Order: sequence, then structure tokens, then C-alpha cells
Amino acid sequence: MRDIALSTSADQQAIRTNRRAWQVTQKVLGYLAMIAVVLIIGIPVAWVLSGALKTNREIFSTAPQLLPLNPNFDNFAKAWQAAPFDRFYLNSFITTLLGAGAKIVMAVTTAYALVFVRFPKRDWIFVLLLLALMVPEEVVLVPNYLTIAGWRMVNTYPGIVLPGASTAFGTFLLRQYFRTLPIELIDAARVDGAGHLRTLLSVVMPVAAPAVATTALLSITAKWNEYLWPLLITTTEDMRTLPVGISRLLDQEGNTEWGVVMAATLFVIVPVMLIFLYAQRFVVDGIATGAVKG
Amino acid sequence: MQLILALPLLNWGELNEPMSSNRFVRIARRDWREWLTFAAFVGPNLLLFGIFTYYPLIQNGVLAFSNYNLITRSGQFIGLRNFETVFGSTQFGKILSNTFVFTTVSVLLLIALGLMVALLLNQKLRGRNAARSILFSPTILAGAAIAIVWIYIFDPRFGFIYALLRPLGIPAPKWLTDPAWAMPAIIIVYVWKNLGYATVIFIAGLQAIPRELYEAARVDGAGALDRFWHVTLPGLSPVMFFLVVTTILSSFQAFDIINIMTKGGPVNATNTLIFHLYELFFVQSSAGRAAVVAWLLFVLMVAVTLLQVRYLERRVSYA
Repeated sequence: MRDIALSTSADQQAIRTNRRAWQVTQKVLGYLAMIAVVLIIGIPVAWVLSGALKTNREIFSTAPQLLPLNPNFDNFAKAWQAAPFDRFYLNSFITTLLGAGAKIVMAVTTAYALVFVRFPKRDWIFVLLLLALMVPEEVVLVPNYLTIAGWRMVNTYPGIVLPGASTAFGTFLLRQYFRTLPIELIDAARVDGAGHLRTLLSVVMPVAAPAVATTALLSITAKWNEYLWPLLITTTEDMRTLPVGISRLLDQEGNTEWGVVMAATLFVIVPVMLIFLYAQRFVVDGIATGAVKG
Repeated sequence: MQLILALPLLNWGELNEPMSSNRFVRIARRDWREWLTFAAFVGPNLLLFGIFTYYPLIQNGVLAFSNYNLITRSGQFIGLRNFETVFGSTQFGKILSNTFVFTTVSVLLLIALGLMVALLLNQKLRGRNAARSILFSPTILAGAAIAIVWIYIFDPRFGFIYALLRPLGIPAPKWLTDPAWAMPAIIIVYVWKNLGYATVIFIAGLQAIPRELYEAARVDGAGALDRFWHVTLPGLSPVMFFLVVTTILSSFQAFDIINIMTKGGPVNATNTLIFHLYELFFVQSSAGRAAVVAWLLFVLMVAVTLLQVRYLERRVSYA
């Protein structure tokens, strides 16, 4: 009897140690996999940084290394000289400000009106806006080019900004959010004699700030990164935006100065990276809510 | 745009709600002011959609039957000739199959890898938040910049992959100039850029699965694999379907990477519908033929979206 009891408890002990060992193995495998994923995504980014800091001699050596031997910033100065980057920055800032600005303002006002302002059949107007989501800009590229050309706006800021200024997604996102706000909040303001614009600015906006921030960040990064339309609609070097401008540094014969080009790439990437580091919660949450909550 | 994603997730029932309780009340003076406010708030957005989204769809239809030339700025009705030229060209079959291969492989890889990484980063591991951030960062960076970076990585003489393979004595492929390697290269970059997006959506989906389901399964004696098949996968199905559709749609629009890395080459190896559209319009200056391709793209995308709406109604299980 005693023997049996002993052996059972020993077995249990063994099972417990086994389970513990398995848990530890699982943890270790988990960490290894995580490191692998981070390396696969991170190394290309590290390669940009190291390329920008390397000398030509290191870049064009027969045995390239990941880390630069004598990090230096010459490539950044050379990149700034290689193309009119001051203009690219200016153009990107202006078009992002105008384009994303218009989107944010219109998303807020449209969503507010669709939820809080009375209008016959307003839900059908919402459907009309939603249907626009089904038409990507690529499909309407040709007619829009002809329209902008007809208005003599090729190679101008309004020409870059106008076709993409309207917003269905932002409207959708904010409308969903506004619908969750207590109606008493708005009614109270209205009873106090506040007009819709006052109510929107002083009652709704403060409460809806996180949702508006998400919409704003998504619009800003999308506009800053936009490539196809600015490529088509700008015709001179001084009107290019950053993404279009840097791609012209590539040498068609394959003799690209990689150090300079990597430094130039950082000119485009770093502002968005900084925004992302500062506000990634808004960006990530905004993207994820679209999928899960709808 | 991945923005189309929102459409099928809408609760369509809500549209049939009565719009307001005083619907049949006589229109008072105040209602006119409400209407004016509404027009002022919604008008600009709607007007821009009219000019730059709805009207162009009609104009596309007209252009497809004309020989409008971008340079001479004139054209006339030519019947179905644009359709014959576009669909009958020797490269068109290649373009369709490229589009199909690019979309299918990218979407499968994004779903499979995205799910794996999401399961991994959903574990209680130290530093998983930092890992998620790093993983997500390529998604928000300019496709143009990423394309340039990867040209350097793929460079067969000085690139990172060359540096990696050199000590092993394996010659690096001429990724972007070899017709056999160009499409895989484009797909690698596309998947690398969008993996973070798929992962974030999957993680959100995983966290939306009620904990009780796992506990109930455990009480019933289900092992880890059983729980994955019978709780996790069914629970993820709406999110997974959403991801399939959005990644299909955005893969149809992948232009920046292709234009910068390969310009559709070598010998049309990476020429897809969206690149072909660009090529027809801005290289060949033929608005009519570009409009034909634009229509084809539009029809394909609407078909995928409608499929999503129907499928979501029927088969997807909501845990």
C-alpha cells in the first residue's frame, strides 16, 4: 500500500516537472520566434540607417557589412544637394496640410450633420457617401486627370489636393463614434441656445477628440505617403512631393549612389516614424476598430 | 484604398429606422435652418464626391468607347475598338495572370503569416508590445521609400541579401532584372510591408474572442490543438474574411512598389492591371484604353466586395 502511494506521488511529481519543462520550452520557443520576426521586419530598416551612415567605399565593397565602420553624416548633406529637397518638403507639407486638413474638417462636419442635424432621408445621403468607398482613386484616375487638366490645375497645389480631399472613411469612422454619444449632451447645449457650429466645436469635439485624432493621423500619413496621383499631376521638379521626388534619385543605369539615396529615404520616413512613435495607439486602435467593431 | 473595408460591416438594418420622431410634424421654420446647416456641413464633401468619384465613373464609360488622346485632347466614338485592342493584345493574358499570381500569393502569405505572428504576439511574452510596434511600422511608411530601400537590399552586387549569402558561397539572384525572380521579389516586399496590418487585425480579432469559450473548452477536456480548431479559428472567421477581402482589394492597387522597383518588367514579368492602366494612359496617352482597364478593375473589385457582403451574411460564424 505504502509503496503504491509513494510511486503515485512520484509519478505526479514527474508529470509536474514535465509540464514545467514543457512550459519553459514553450516560452523559449516563443521568444526565439519573436526575435526572428523582429529581425525580419527590423533589419531592412537597419540597413537603411547603416547605408545612410556608410562611406561609398564601404557600400561598394565586395564584402558589405551590416554596421558602418566610420559612421558619418556626409550622405545627408549630399542628398540635400542632389535634389531640391527644400521644395519637396515644402510641397509635401503644403499638400498634406491642405489635403488632410480638408479631410478632417469635412469628416467632422459631415458626420456631425448625419447624426445630429435633421434632414429628410439623411441616411440615404450616408449610403451615397459609403458607396464612394467602393470606388478607389485608381479607377477614376483618367477622368480626374482630364478634369484637373480642363481646369488648368496640372502642376498646382489645388490640382494635387482636390480629387482626394473628400472623405467617406473618416465620415464613417466618426459617425459611428458620434452615435455613441448621449443625445442629452447635445440637447442640453441646443436648449442653452447654442447653434450647431457651437455645439460641434465646444461640446462634441472635446468628447470625440480620440476618434478625431485617429482620423487625423490616418489622413495625414496617407497624404504624406501618397505616390500615384502626385506623380501624374506634377510635371516640374519644383512641384514634386517627397515620395515622388526621392524615386527620381535612382539611377536608371543601376549606378545609384546608395548612401545618398538611403539618406534621402530617411528624409521621407523619419517624420512619419516620429508621428507613429508619438501616437501609435491612435493609429493602431483606429485600424483595428474598423475591423472588429465595425 | 483599404477604406472599402467599412462598407459590409455596416449594420444595414439601422438605415430603416425612422429618421426622427417628428417625421410627420409640419415643416416649421426651424427645419429650414436645420436643412441649411445640413447642406453646409455635408455639401462640400458630397460635391467633391460628385465631381471626383461619381461623375468620373460615367466619364470612364464614355471614354472607353472613344479614341480620346491626351496630347491632342480630342477624340471620337470608335465603338468597341478599345476593348478589342486591350483584351486582344499579346501581353494581356500575361498581365491578367500576373495580377492573379501577385494577389493570390500575397493574400495567402499575409493571412498565414499574419495569423501565426498574431498567435505568437498574443502570448504573454515580455517585450511583445515593442515587437508589435516594430512589426506595424512598415505599414505606415511610404511605399515609394520602401521600394527604394528594397532595391538596395536586393542589389546583386552590394545589397543585404548578397552580403548574407556571400559567406555561404551562394550566388545572389539578380532579383529585379531576372524575369523568374522579379515577381517573387515584389511579393516579398509587399508582404513585408503589410504583414503588420494583418497581424494587428488578427490580434484585435483574437482579443475579441470571449475567454469563457476557452475555459468551457478546457473543462470539456479539449487540448490546445482542439481549442485552436474549434474556438480560435471559428472566432476569427469574420476578421479573417474581412482581411482576405481588404488585402485582395489593396493588392489590386499596389502601384508604387511595382513602378519604382520594376516598372512592370523585366519583359512584363511584373506588369499588373494597375500598372497597365498607368502605362496605357501616361506612356501611350490613350485615355480610352486606360478607361477599359479601369472598368475591368472596378468590376473585379465590386465583385470581391459583393462576395464579402453575401458571405458575411451566410457562413461566417460570430463567436
